[in-house]
Amino acid sequence: MPNTKTKVAFKGTPEQEAELKKFIAEIKHEKGATMPILQKAQEIYGYLPEEVQVIIAEETGIPLTEIYGIATFYAQFALNPKGETQISVCLGTACYVKGSGDVLQKVVDTIGCEAGSITSDGKFSIDATRCIGACGLAPVMTVNGEVYGRMTPAMVPEILKQYME
Amino acid sequence: MNFARAHIMVCGGTGCTSSKSPEIAAEFRKQLEAAGLADEVKVVQTGCFGLCALGPIVVVYPEGSFYSMVTIDDVKEIVDEHLVKGRPVERLLYHEGADHHGTVHSSLNDTDFYRKQKRIALRNCGRINPENIDEYIAFDGYKALEKVLKTMQPQEVIDVVKASGLRGRGGAGFPTGNKWQFAANEKNDVKYVCCNADEGDPGAFMDRSVLEGDPHSVIEAMAIAGYAAGAHEGYVYVRAEYPIAVHRLNIAIEQAREYGMLGKNIFGTGFDFDIIVRLGAGAFVCGEETALMTSIEGHRGEPRPRPPFPAVKGLFGQPTLENNVETFANITWIINNGPEAFAAMGTERSKGTKVFALGGKITNTGLVEIPMGTTLREVVEEIGGGVPNGKKFKAAQTGGPSGGCLPASLIDTPLDYESMAAVGSIVGSGGLIVMDEDNCMVDIAKFFLEFTVDESCGKCAPCRIGTRRMLEILNKITSGNGTLEDIDRLEELCEHVKANSLCGLGQTAPNPVLSTLKHFRDEYVAHVVDKKCPAGVCKDLLNYSIDPEKCKGCTACARACPVGAITGTVKEPHTIDTSKCIKCGTCISKCRFGAITKG
Repeated sequence: MPNTKTKVAFKGTPEQEAELKKFIAEIKHEKGATMPILQKAQEIYGYLPEEVQVIIAEETGIPLTEIYGIATFYAQFALNPKGETQISVCLGTACYVKGSGDVLQKVVDTIGCEAGSITSDGKFSIDATRCIGACGLAPVMTVNGEVYGRMTPAMVPEILKQYME
Repeated sequence: MNFARAHIMVCGGTGCTSSKSPEIAAEFRKQLEAAGLADEVKVVQTGCFGLCALGPIVVVYPEGSFYSMVTIDDVKEIVDEHLVKGRPVERLLYHEGADHHGTVHSSLNDTDFYRKQKRIALRNCGRINPENIDEYIAFDGYKALEKVLKTMQPQEVIDVVKASGLRGRGGAGFPTGNKWQFAANEKNDVKYVCCNADEGDPGAFMDRSVLEGDPHSVIEAMAIAGYAAGAHEGYVYVRAEYPIAVHRLNIAIEQAREYGMLGKNIFGTGFDFDIIVRLGAGAFVCGEETALMTSIEGHRGEPRPRPPFPAVKGLFGQPTLENNVETFANITWIINNGPEAFAAMGTERSKGTKVFALGGKITNTGLVEIPMGTTLREVVEEIGGGVPNGKKFKAAQTGGPSGGCLPASLIDTPLDYESMAAVGSIVGSGGLIVMDEDNCMVDIAKFFLEFTVDESCGKCAPCRIGTRRMLEILNKITSGNGTLEDIDRLEELCEHVKANSLCGLGQTAPNPVLSTLKHFRDEYVAHVVDKKCPAGVCKDLLNYSIDPEKCKGCTACARACPVGAITGTVKEPHTIDTSKCIKCGTCISKCRFGAITKG
């Protein structure tokens, strides 16, 4: 999945930075605090751009290379921002054998950007996710956290239309 | 305490929550209030009932009436009819059989789905409110911990676990008692207990269900393990993708601390134990025990060579006892009911029960807990309700990306560690995906390999490079460019990756390929020699055509085709230009006469 350095300008605020620094100060002496710090940073900013990684490196004393290494290792950490509307199609086994691959393709065709990327206007991003655990509803798609179950490719345009206005 | 005359249990598992069960529970409270029954009837949000295919699920006690696929609009009818007038709403009760049109059962336990099950690890799921420690205590909760701390020596606890025959439920099936013994044998002041809740196998969700439906059973078992091994601190490493499980686990830990079941001087015995929750961040390899510990320590979750084993040198370099969620969920039952009762279930070497996550082409998708040794046929045909839409059972894939498949000819295989290993598959974490004749086995092997290639951490070359080369060969085969030598080369490569990878991820990554090669070699050969995909899945090998006999010339397909590949005159048979066709399948879904075929 593409997780390269983002081209989108960083728009972090001093409030966000203060919140992150406060959290780091509270937790940095605990054993194995790096992951919770990165998770908190992503919660605050929505993603982990270089600017945020630098703050974490400076505040914790952990080399930036190591922070970058961790941020790129885990699928959950994003170096790119997410779209205003986030679409995810589950590609877990239960969904896959019931045709979620075709659903994803339909989403990609409808929105016009690849899975794992964001449209140039920043409005939509598409992700192929691992099992979200709603296997009884397979195949499953989520849009901004709203779950759509028992999907067929034919249902995709109808559902996405309401997010396009 | 208020005694209610009836209880409405609304499933609060992830599946049912996705289909709006919290809103349904709220509506029940509203309607009960309106009917003046708010004091008499209690609404409880429980953990998962297991029959996820039919969610949202609502069960009304004392009758045990089992309502499925309830919508918000149905709530008023259930309250008015069932709770006011005492007449269960037949229309909404669970109907058994294919496509859910068969026998109606008024009670949960009479259904085929539940009758053959034996719920040990899932005993409280669907029975209690997981966010209320009092309900857990009412069902013998924390009794085992008290018994252990007050009346047993650590070695006695280990001996009980050994006698039960319990083996690790995370996949490898290592005897749990031995693992506890190794950790207890280490002489060290600091030791850890670690709970592996990084359930990454796509299609397995029993650990999530336990944490969502009965988090205290894991907390209690971890404290018992701590006492047995001499540890005072526990870590639960849980997937961040499971927000409901994380939320309920945190609530449960908080309540356990309040009640003195965690913290200092538990039950006044001088034993201290506490638990810290750490979230994963979406890396499958972290389900491997050494990688999990590396991740908790705050690094890239790469595995470490064993030995030293975690029991000797684990988390933060200290001796660590690590078990999976489902393994822990069995512990208190074993202490309370005795190891003999547990060992009485299952087979000679695979004791107790195992939870399987049934998914794919099966009527009753969901979680089932069965005694080890139950046959695949019983699970698929009786508990699972068979393959829907009149299709034939083709194979069951078990153990996810580390496992293999059982073809229809092996449907009488008992589901236990030894029998499954003998036919080239594994029990694994318990994912069980059913496939019908429309699934291509080469495509399934490719699906799992894409997963492992994506999730390989990259530390060792056999896994990092080997799995990628394997995937390239599979892509070559499914695109119609494969040769028979490719199949041999693929098989050879599988053996090398299996033998030389550092951790379980790489060592088991070839399994889906090897087992499909073993049982469905003819499908591989069909892709290579005939350039055909018998199941009609691999797009590069498909050609769509219109049967002129059946085509009425309605133009529905031509209008729907996104690339204008279909032409024809109205009321005359149409044709498909295969050079333009992108094989999207839209035409098939639009045709009302079954005139379009792929093959």
